[in-house]
Amino acid sequence: MSHGRDTSPKQYGVVAEFDNADSLLDAAQKVKEAGYRDMDAYTPLPVHGLTDVMEWKDDKLGWIVFIMGIKGFALGYFIQWWSSAGPDFSNTALQMNGLMPYVMNVGGKPHFSIPANFPPAYEITILLASFGAVFGMLALNGLPKPHHPIANAAMMARASSDRYVLCVEASDPRYDEDEVYSFLSGLNPLSVERIMTTEGY
Amino acid sequence: MADMPVDKDLLIGKHTNASLDATIGDIVLVPATHNEPRIKTPIKGFFTSPWQIAFGIGFLFLNILLLAITMLVWNGIGVWGNNQPVGWGFDIVNFVWWIGIGHAGTLISAVLLLLRQKWRNAINRMAEAMTIFAVMCAGLYPLLHTGRPWLAYWMFPYPNWLGMWPQFRSPLIWDVFAVSTYMTVSILFWYVGLIPDFATLRDRAKSRFAQLAFAGLSMGWRGSAKHWHRYEHASIMLAGLSTPLVLSVHTIVSYDFAMGIVPGWNVTIFPPYFVAGAVFAGFAMVLTFAIPLRKWYKLENLITMKHIDWMAKVMLATGLIVFYGYFTEVFYAYYSGVPAETALLHNRIAYKDAPYSWAFWILILTNGIIPQLMWFPKLRQNMLALFVVTTSVSIGMWFERYVIIPISLTRDYVPGAFGFYSPTLWDFAMFAGTIGLFLFLMFLFIRFLPMINIFEMKELLHQMEHDEKHAKEHGDHAKLTPVTEENGQ
Repeated sequence: MSHGRDTSPKQYGVVAEFDNADSLLDAAQKVKEAGYRDMDAYTPLPVHGLTDVMEWKDDKLGWIVFIMGIKGFALGYFIQWWSSAGPDFSNTALQMNGLMPYVMNVGGKPHFSIPANFPPAYEITILLASFGAVFGMLALNGLPKPHHPIANAAMMARASSDRYVLCVEASDPRYDEDEVYSFLSGLNPLSVERIMTTEGY
Repeated sequence: MADMPVDKDLLIGKHTNASLDATIGDIVLVPATHNEPRIKTPIKGFFTSPWQIAFGIGFLFLNILLLAITMLVWNGIGVWGNNQPVGWGFDIVNFVWWIGIGHAGTLISAVLLLLRQKWRNAINRMAEAMTIFAVMCAGLYPLLHTGRPWLAYWMFPYPNWLGMWPQFRSPLIWDVFAVSTYMTVSILFWYVGLIPDFATLRDRAKSRFAQLAFAGLSMGWRGSAKHWHRYEHASIMLAGLSTPLVLSVHTIVSYDFAMGIVPGWNVTIFPPYFVAGAVFAGFAMVLTFAIPLRKWYKLENLITMKHIDWMAKVMLATGLIVFYGYFTEVFYAYYSGVPAETALLHNRIAYKDAPYSWAFWILILTNGIIPQLMWFPKLRQNMLALFVVTTSVSIGMWFERYVIIPISLTRDYVPGAFGFYSPTLWDFAMFAGTIGLFLFLMFLFIRFLPMINIFEMKELLHQMEHDEKHAKEHGDHAKLTPVTEENGQ
């Protein structure tokens, strides 16, 4: 603060907890109807239809997996082609001995052919696509993330067990803390809580 | 998801999310759970519970493994019984056996997920753990069989000053890619499944160390709706990727044989028959573990008789495919008219004349005939009968590989190269050692990780509650829907 930067805690949002998924879904629907845009829910299990209610959609992951798969397939074939029938650099100035192809005659069969070299390419396709699925999911979700403002809410202690938490975030253009607080209180939750954050400095 | 109603017998008794957390999570968080049930043992104060005994045996055999590996690496693979003409003995038999056992885990976690079979929820975590540990055991054999395991990285394509690359047209190199990909993807799939459960354990743990450990492992998972959305998306795609992967792995393992010209190996039925055999062996192993574990840890309400029954049925079905494969092999050899193939057939089945025919007949007994007991619903409910059958299948699947690999190699095309194969003490030590490694890892897993997927059980519970509500609201419709209490399972 003495350095001219405001590092005092700021509002992050208001959270309400419910004890079952259906109440959470109803509440989320009402919050949406009331015109709030920035919200999220924290649940112990995937609640189907929740992202539809929130009108939130993200299908990037499918594309990541697809592109990684294509890359894997191309890379798999490329390595095999290069290393068993690739260009010969021995007489060039490049002298890339480590990258020279190692041409082997096996029973007079072609040095490189699509069917015989298919299995490794197939496996690398699956490998890279799986990397895309796992690391893509983690990256899009912003994980690992040791701390998140939502963890400041006391009710989050049970959000991985049997509580369903709905959060209206302060970034919403219509956000007004007291208004949201009373609105959420009207949705019949077990409790409502305001949360602050010091993140983002 | 507009799913079919869930079978009511998949979760017995009254449950809530919190009770599921307690039942499954506390096995990990309360160490004393593993001291139950009490068993009287000769050594006072030691090995008083099944966990302690199983872990102790695992640890003992793990040390035998270390000894066997030391002997092997010190002296070279001459300590094994492999010799001309049998270059592939116990090492490859055990490799294929272990890889096969691993396949049920992927089948349960991936294929049943794609088919939306909810009964996988209670057993997938354990089965996936078995996949990873079985592949670890499997991987040891070819690695050590190279003779110089410290140079195993030569099998991967990387630019090097030797100017040397792998021979990509060999099924053995395909194996390297298939098995290493399988191992990696299985671990990833398993870990992704564990993330929400780590979060649950983090929030439930009392000790600071457990809180920190699980917090780190959960990577800060907070169950956001947006995260779940991508998470489910990732799971279903991983399942879609693992399914062709698991089929390809055992297909490629079978190519190791089917692409060769050795009599008895060069058979086109190998890939489907190996895959079916893998699922067969894997389900047998899952049952072998599930039967005692559900009893020791009082999980009978989560891993119910329905699960056991269905697993036994899958085992029976895949067993029949495998049995059909044996008939096909016999017919193929007979109908081909190729002298080497008919001689091999004779070498397998002539119980008076052929020195290894006993192995073939043990195979038919343990893998073909004994599993037929599973046709009887009463025996599928009888734990002892089930345990006998699953053990028999594990033995049978081992003999299947033994019949295929060394027996074929002892009688090749050239009579001058005929020979015999007998394993040495170190072959047996290594085999016992990998069983020990598997036990050791399985019981460590049971101690430190939730052996049943907690959030998926909550999903199952949620769906059952929904079904119930639905049935109440639309009481009249119940008569029209195909699966109801009266006519359902």
